[in-house]
Amino acid sequence: MGFVELKNIDLSYDGSKYILKDLNLTIEKGELVSLLGPSGCGKTTTLRIIAGLINPNSGSFIVDGENLTNVPVHKRNFGMVFQSYALFPHMTVFDNVAFGLKNRKMDKNTIKEKVGRILEVTDLSQFAGRFPKQMSGGQRQRVALARALVVEPKLLLLDEPLSNLDAKLRISMRTEIKRIQQKLGITTVFVTHDQEECFSISDKVAVMNNGDIEQYDTPENIYKYPSTEFVARFIGFDNFFNVEKANYHNYKDIFGHQFVIDYEDSRTQAVATIRPDDIQVVPEDSNMNSIKGIVDVRTFLGDSYQYEIKTELGKINVNHKSEKPYQQGDAVYLLMPSNKIILV
Amino acid sequence: MRKKNIWLTLMASIVFIFLIIPLFIVVVTAFGESPSIQFPIKGFSLQWFGEVFKTKSFMRGMKTSLFISIWATVASIIIGVPAAYALARGTVKRRALLKNVFLSPTFVPGIVIGFALFQFLTIKLQMKIITSLFLGHFLISLPYIIRVVGSSLEHFDFSIEEAAWTLGCTKTKSFVKVVLPNISSGIFASFMLAFINSFNNIPVSMFLSGPGVQTLPIALMNHIEYNYDPTVSAMSVMLMLCTILLMWVIEKTLGLATIA
Repeated sequence: MGFVELKNIDLSYDGSKYILKDLNLTIEKGELVSLLGPSGCGKTTTLRIIAGLINPNSGSFIVDGENLTNVPVHKRNFGMVFQSYALFPHMTVFDNVAFGLKNRKMDKNTIKEKVGRILEVTDLSQFAGRFPKQMSGGQRQRVALARALVVEPKLLLLDEPLSNLDAKLRISMRTEIKRIQQKLGITTVFVTHDQEECFSISDKVAVMNNGDIEQYDTPENIYKYPSTEFVARFIGFDNFFNVEKANYHNYKDIFGHQFVIDYEDSRTQAVATIRPDDIQVVPEDSNMNSIKGIVDVRTFLGDSYQYEIKTELGKINVNHKSEKPYQQGDAVYLLMPSNKIILV
Repeated sequence: MRKKNIWLTLMASIVFIFLIIPLFIVVVTAFGESPSIQFPIKGFSLQWFGEVFKTKSFMRGMKTSLFISIWATVASIIIGVPAAYALARGTVKRRALLKNVFLSPTFVPGIVIGFALFQFLTIKLQMKIITSLFLGHFLISLPYIIRVVGSSLEHFDFSIEEAAWTLGCTKTKSFVKVVLPNISSGIFASFMLAFINSFNNIPVSMFLSGPGVQTLPIALMNHIEYNYDPTVSAMSVMLMLCTILLMWVIEKTLGLATIA
């Protein structure tokens, strides 16, 4: 049994359209788990159910062996960081951070000490007297984090906390979040739609689609072995085509092209996919894993060119680095390395 | 382009003059010496301002008006702020319909409201004059509160409130500690606006006033019927000054633009 368990969670506002359908998720103590998915997939809703801001229609939510399904939000003792940070505009940084402790009726000296310590951890000590309006986005973000952490919550919930920051700050903040999370050993649920952000800091990732979890695994496994077409597409796979198993690792597409695929799979029919970056463009045919095509569209990406290549299998997208780019109408051969093709 | 600007300026000036002249005349007549209202005035005197304080019906009206307006506005704050909150928070079904119901007293002519209340409160329920005046003014103040507080809640980030909940605050406590302080200027502005509106109201007060109990505007009206002296002008000048002062305070706290 995990530290956090969501069991058979259903959520529907009208009884017919389900926002979450039979959702199950287990999180181990101290893990940082991300909910990843496009907007509308139910990731924020799941987080809000964990926080207690939404009540599911059915299912149960258990933390540390305790059933919290019907415990109201203010009694759950979780820390939450909102996308807009949700700092109290009429309070100073110190009062913002002390808010949760005051609600717990702690005495003044303890509050002062705890707030002081967390402000130090988040590098905010010199801003204690400032109001949120007087601070930059990154600083506000850290205040929100400090405010959520100071109450020593059982769970830390982060709702797209980095989406309002600029690209550079986002990278340093996510490292910061990971550092603090590891240091405090706090179990964390992180919601994001940014694949890179999520993979970089998570112990495990739950890829969500249409109110359900499509795959729940380590970032490495998801990146290398997506289990469904949706997950594959979401993390950058492209070029889907049907293949049929001939024997062992040998597959054939409908036109008879032969592919050797390293992937272990027992199915006889499957969909093969490969990232545009992993396809090689070669001048000659080789008898395995290659197909012929004609360059249709070329776009410049900076460090490489993106080609749309017409083949028997349809359009194949390829990213290719070369000194001399191919021209529209050029005949090329596409080589798909056996260790890069995935079956979904 | 240039020509257009001249026309615009001219039109604006005419409208402005049209609006300001009656007020200007009232102000001027308050300073005349003659015992009836005249324009232009002969001589200069401040005696009518003193006369205001000697007129018993004015003083009683002032007291009634202040009492009614203050309590009616306070009551509509108590009801209106939570109502505006519920409407803005979006947990209420048929929000648009409810909003219109709450704002309807501003669409219905004051005379109609006044007469309806008179029929119902005074005749049917036999209420005391002061109670029915209070209820009537409460009714006409409520839409202002809901509208102005509602507009300041429109820009309110409700995740602030949710953050307070996650930090161990109950819903009621969060509302007081986190929501109210951040809409206080809106509440203050709505209070001022509703108060001015209630204090100056005639159609509703006219029907609900009765022997011995009348609001200041009604007292002024009755006074003019029998005495055509500049005391009324002097009273008006003082009320205008008070209104200007209140509007200035609102402007300073919230800005008129947000109310309009």
